[in-house]
Amino acid sequence: MQIYPCPFCGPRDETEFSFGGEAGNDRPEPAEKISAERWAQYLYTQDNPRGNSHEIWVHLTCDEVFVMERDTVTHEVIGTKSLRQEDAK
Amino acid sequence: MTRRYNAFSLIKEGLSGQKGWKPAWRSPEPKKQYDVIIVGGGGHGLATAYYLAKNHGITRVAILERGWLGGGNTGRNTVTIRSNYFYPESVALYELSLKLYEKLGRELNYNIMFSQRGVLSLIHSEPEMEMAARLCNAMQINGTDAEILDVEAVQELVPILNFNADARYPIFGATIQKRGGVARHDAVAWGYARAADAMGVDIIQGCEVLDFIKEGGKCVGVETNRGTIRANKVGVAVAGNSTVMAKLGGYELPIHSYTLQACVSEPIKPCLNTVVVSPPIGTYLSQSDKGEMIIGGGLDRVPSYNQKGNPPAAETVISGMLEMFPVLRQLRLMRQWGGTVDVTPDSSPIIGPSGVPGIYLNCGWGTGGFKAIPAGGWLFSHLLAKDEHHEISRPFDLDRFTKGSLIDEAAGSGIAH
Amino acid sequence: MTAKRLPSGGRIDREKPVTFTFDGKTISAFEGDTIASALLAANQWVVGRSFKYHRPRGIWGAGVEEPNALVDIEIGNRNFPVSRATTEFVEEGMVVTTVNGRVDRAAILDKFAKFIPAAFYYKTFMWPDWHLFEPYIRDMAGLGRINPDLPETGRAEQINHHCDVLVIGSGPAGLMAASLASKAGKSVLLVDNQRDLGGSLLHMDANIEGQGVSGWIADKTDEIEKSGGKILKSTTAYGIYDHQMIYLNEKRSDMARDLASGLDCLWRVRAGHIILASGAIERPMVFQNNDRPGIMSADAGLKYLKQFGVLPGQNIVIATNNDSAYGTALALREAGANVTMLDSRKDAQAEGDFDILREKSVTNIIGKNRIEAVVAENHTIKADLLLVSGGWTPSVHLYCQAGGKLDWNDTIAAFVPRASVNGISVIGAANGTFELNDLFAEAKAVASNYGQPTTGKNSGFNIEPNWHGPSAKGRAWVDYQNDVTIKDVELAARENFKSVEHLKRYTTLGMANDQGKTSNINGLAAMAAITGREIKEVGTTTYRPPFTPVPFASIAGKRSGELFNPVKRLPLENWHRANGASFREYGGWLRPAYYGKDETEITREAKHARTSVALFDGSTLGKIEVMGPDAAKFLDFHYYNTVSTLKSGKIRYAFMLTEGGAIYDDGVLARLSENHFIVSCSSSHVDGVHRRLEMWRQDQFDPTKIAIHNATAQWATLTVTGPKSAALLNKIDFNIDLDDETFPHMSIRTGKFDGADARLSRVSFSGDRSYEIAVPAHKTETLWSQLHDAGAEFDAATIGVEAMSILRAEKGFIIIGKDTDGTTMPQDLGLTGPMNKKKGEYLGKRSLFTENAKDENRRQLVGLQVAKGNEMLITGAHGIERDGNDKHSIGYVTSSYLSPNIDKPIALALIERGLTRMGEEIEIWHMGQSCKATICAPCFFDPSMERLNA
Repeated sequence: MQIYPCPFCGPRDETEFSFGGEAGNDRPEPAEKISAERWAQYLYTQDNPRGNSHEIWVHLTCDEVFVMERDTVTHEVIGTKSLRQEDAK
Repeated sequence: MTRRYNAFSLIKEGLSGQKGWKPAWRSPEPKKQYDVIIVGGGGHGLATAYYLAKNHGITRVAILERGWLGGGNTGRNTVTIRSNYFYPESVALYELSLKLYEKLGRELNYNIMFSQRGVLSLIHSEPEMEMAARLCNAMQINGTDAEILDVEAVQELVPILNFNADARYPIFGATIQKRGGVARHDAVAWGYARAADAMGVDIIQGCEVLDFIKEGGKCVGVETNRGTIRANKVGVAVAGNSTVMAKLGGYELPIHSYTLQACVSEPIKPCLNTVVVSPPIGTYLSQSDKGEMIIGGGLDRVPSYNQKGNPPAAETVISGMLEMFPVLRQLRLMRQWGGTVDVTPDSSPIIGPSGVPGIYLNCGWGTGGFKAIPAGGWLFSHLLAKDEHHEISRPFDLDRFTKGSLIDEAAGSGIAH
Repeated sequence: MTAKRLPSGGRIDREKPVTFTFDGKTISAFEGDTIASALLAANQWVVGRSFKYHRPRGIWGAGVEEPNALVDIEIGNRNFPVSRATTEFVEEGMVVTTVNGRVDRAAILDKFAKFIPAAFYYKTFMWPDWHLFEPYIRDMAGLGRINPDLPETGRAEQINHHCDVLVIGSGPAGLMAASLASKAGKSVLLVDNQRDLGGSLLHMDANIEGQGVSGWIADKTDEIEKSGGKILKSTTAYGIYDHQMIYLNEKRSDMARDLASGLDCLWRVRAGHIILASGAIERPMVFQNNDRPGIMSADAGLKYLKQFGVLPGQNIVIATNNDSAYGTALALREAGANVTMLDSRKDAQAEGDFDILREKSVTNIIGKNRIEAVVAENHTIKADLLLVSGGWTPSVHLYCQAGGKLDWNDTIAAFVPRASVNGISVIGAANGTFELNDLFAEAKAVASNYGQPTTGKNSGFNIEPNWHGPSAKGRAWVDYQNDVTIKDVELAARENFKSVEHLKRYTTLGMANDQGKTSNINGLAAMAAITGREIKEVGTTTYRPPFTPVPFASIAGKRSGELFNPVKRLPLENWHRANGASFREYGGWLRPAYYGKDETEITREAKHARTSVALFDGSTLGKIEVMGPDAAKFLDFHYYNTVSTLKSGKIRYAFMLTEGGAIYDDGVLARLSENHFIVSCSSSHVDGVHRRLEMWRQDQFDPTKIAIHNATAQWATLTVTGPKSAALLNKIDFNIDLDDETFPHMSIRTGKFDGADARLSRVSFSGDRSYEIAVPAHKTETLWSQLHDAGAEFDAATIGVEAMSILRAEKGFIIIGKDTDGTTMPQDLGLTGPMNKKKGEYLGKRSLFTENAKDENRRQLVGLQVAKGNEMLITGAHGIERDGNDKHSIGYVTSSYLSPNIDKPIALALIERGLTRMGEEIEIWHMGQSCKATICAPCFFDPSMERLNA
């Protein structure tokens, strides 16, 4: 049972969270100018790092969406960051 | 030295202290050059080497395995074999596998203990019955066996299920694929390894690929902890580590690695003679020949390379198992473990060129790789030998993601892999 | 002479006799006996048979490591298969049965052992087919039996617990560490898997810190409890998982007691630091026939004497390769036994007041169901018990589960922890430290600094390993339960199964219930010797949870029945029940399927709804409010249809797509005001739609300009549908003008009901004039009863989900996930407007233009008709085309009903190129049967939509 620190609520059990994808996968727009290859890459290609990973997570109980840095081998959580803070800077 | 396995050789060896058996495979030093290198000594890699030699006459083949052969998902799964799929592309693939499995023990001269005891998938509601009809009709039309059983027939087959009408998931009936069943997972790896070795394939354990060697944009070999090994073609079949290899090789994959857990109970006398799955409960189980209940379920919901598994998924699977089989409440968990599985967006595998000349892919089997080992090897060897797809593997090329032609069983039949 | 109960001694209560039966024989014991100690006291030696050769087996150990004494227990109406006799305590009336232990025809297998070595089954049974042989093999394998006729046990409690320090094991090291940490102000949890604290001290005579063992244990216990520490006995720490989460199984109750909360309790403990003081387990020695009943670990022999007052033999031989068995010998000697020590070491210094044969090892055993004599090279010593000490294996399971690495230590001939890992310190015998002073020093060190003490104390027991080399005579067991002998290890090596994992899997060494606790090291040593390697080069297999087997009931806890996956319930559930509703689960909600006696009511309801007026509880519909200056722009991005052009007070039907272009949900979007929308999504997608909206709001939009609130549970939705719906609603005061001119179809109005806010929407899922009324949940019953009261004069009916499904199917209105699948795109429903015209980005847009999306063979939504009088189609039947003998599916039936309003079968289907095939007759396949159907537009009733305003 892992513990993830929600930037809004603090540390909570992993069962309260949902994985939302890898961070930094910006949506290519506009659709009219995006090749099939680029679109498929956005939709499907994964970095899937073995080790340090930056991911989007949602805390289902408070709806906070945030970036979590963690290790996919040891499951160590290195840190979390609210998307709101990112926007604020 | 005794090479051939049968009852007579066992008796003969019995009389001479079992001392005449040959090694099941050699442990050769890697050569400098091969026709084909296969990275990954799991079921798919070993089967690929075997069929390269047998179907295509290519025997200058090396399998490079970082650990010990059969030590990844091949040795960590819940041993179920079935081809109960919705889309014709999937049925063609898994039916090829099932048919190869049906004669594999005799072909390899290695008893893989394929027991066609049937795979029973429970139906708990009217809407599920409709989906079951959709699936079973598709299976029949696509040429594999499928039946729908009523409650009485299910009760006869598996009397220890929970038939209480007030159950959270009452049983309406079930689908069954009678040709499905279970096999001894390790034996599949060992049988292929032994047969491939006998045809000259070098199985090199403890050999980790550190990099791919490229010349003129084409891959011509690999750097390993045991030196440089060159080859015309490199096939990569490393399941959960596929994206790790992709980074070394310079290609991209639509794969996430997740942990899939499984566990076994203490062994008890036979009381379950078929494989039972409940899709909404999310648990499946069978009883091994040793008597252990082999229990599996859904993925851990966290991308991971950690082969341990985490309690939340295990607790869900085990409480689900007791919903199905309340009589097992006082039975005990004996061992639990996890494997790293490579999950694609449509949960269907990827077979095909990687995009880097000279590197070919067999990956993305996710939770369903074991049942596909013979087909994976058959089709991948075809690709490596001829540099073109077998017609069955064509739809599973990486290009399906660009085309949008995903083969998503859950989308089509509502039932995940 | 035999084993016997001594007149005094032990931790049993001689005032409380207990009787139970063992394979039908009545056994007398005392409260505090384990089944094993009672059997020993009763001189019962054969307690089971081995897994493969069905050899008679006796008790080897006195704890969790026991490989042989596995029994089935029935008591009262409960059944406990495969229980360890060495750790289960006797209870009055227990019926204990050996596994494979009674008259066992399979015992003849032992005669054929030479023909069935390890892994023989891979080499035969291939022809004609394994499946023919399998049932016979299966019947002989397995251990205990479950009794399916007995009722279930209760639902175990589960407790989450936090502490600064978790100490596992209450031997001298654990007690000391726990007391020091407690006194230092830490919150401490101390657990031990035995009933009493003390670990190895319980059968040791020692003077500790100036007092006897019992006094010292009591003092330490006191210190821990007085400083606020918590102690759990009969509790096994069995698994360690991510982020310092340790799982404990507490055995709370006797087997006989009928507790609603079950027999076990699961503890999930999050510990700041873990001190593992789990001790060590004594190893067997490997020699010919070392599996005979009457061969026991020396430590177990001492334990039975000291803890249970049982002298397990009269003429006892002790075989050792270390000093630790000398104390045992002395104690047994003092208890009246004749003791002969066989010490295999070359220059052992240890002495004792008994016969000692030095540099002698056991070479064979005489006796079958009970040892009669021990052969040590050229000596044959009559004996009724052989105690063995092959050295000690530290219990490092939890440390290794957590990723700890081991080093081979030659001094104690065992693997010991290398370094501290993930906040775990290993101390005492588990760390390879056996001398009291040394392990107290470790306890003191870790209680203050939490590190990993230096391993490999050169103290303890002066072991000189006598590993069994290759090619010795006879059959010598490595794994008792799974019947793995040295010859099997040799065979594995010969066949190149030299990797430790291959060895395990090929021979099944270490795969039995004890998971290798007694067998692993001897197996590794044998493989090392056979292949000319060091033991450390062979390595160990991976340690996996659980440390000892854990009841499934404990892990599942209360997650059972409805609590396994709770349904969502309607505010009006009680009313529905009182009015005869049959409930079914729809998308996680428990909803009325129909009202009345049986499914024939569905037709009545569906017919009634179109003739007068019907009331329908649609409270499960999603009600997600989207507000703010960017709300319209935001919804434009989320929906296939344009939302921003919607006028205030109006409603639009819209699709939400996945980024892959498939229809994820259909929803009714209402614009209450310029910056305020209500997204009414389908019942089963509320959470999913809400999550998607939130993710994009926070990730890609300016979250200060959009607010989202999921109000689904706060608002009920009651639907009034049918020709007389307006007339009915006019009887109730909403303060809303219902005139069609001012309140046309697809619009929303706000008003008041009973003093609360109310929203009326004119949308229709039935195709008839309909109103959806949303009121705060606490007003649901009031509104519902007023609707019924007012409806009486219009002969209003209450309808369930099934009737509504028919009504909508008559109109060809889809249910997402039923009439669409995970690949259906909007153009497959003929809705191509937005994809051709809508400017700007929306989810899934690019995917609507992939090669696959443009494929002309896509499956499209159509209606299917069968000739009147024919049976209705089966939902899930496929349309097929034939090419010779080959069949090809062209799609499938998604919905099918016998329409009561047009009195014939109707069906919806997804069919290849369906939209271009109107009027075409196709073949429909279901389970081998064929019939014909004709493709038509997916609307069977009121195609001109006049009834919306009728």
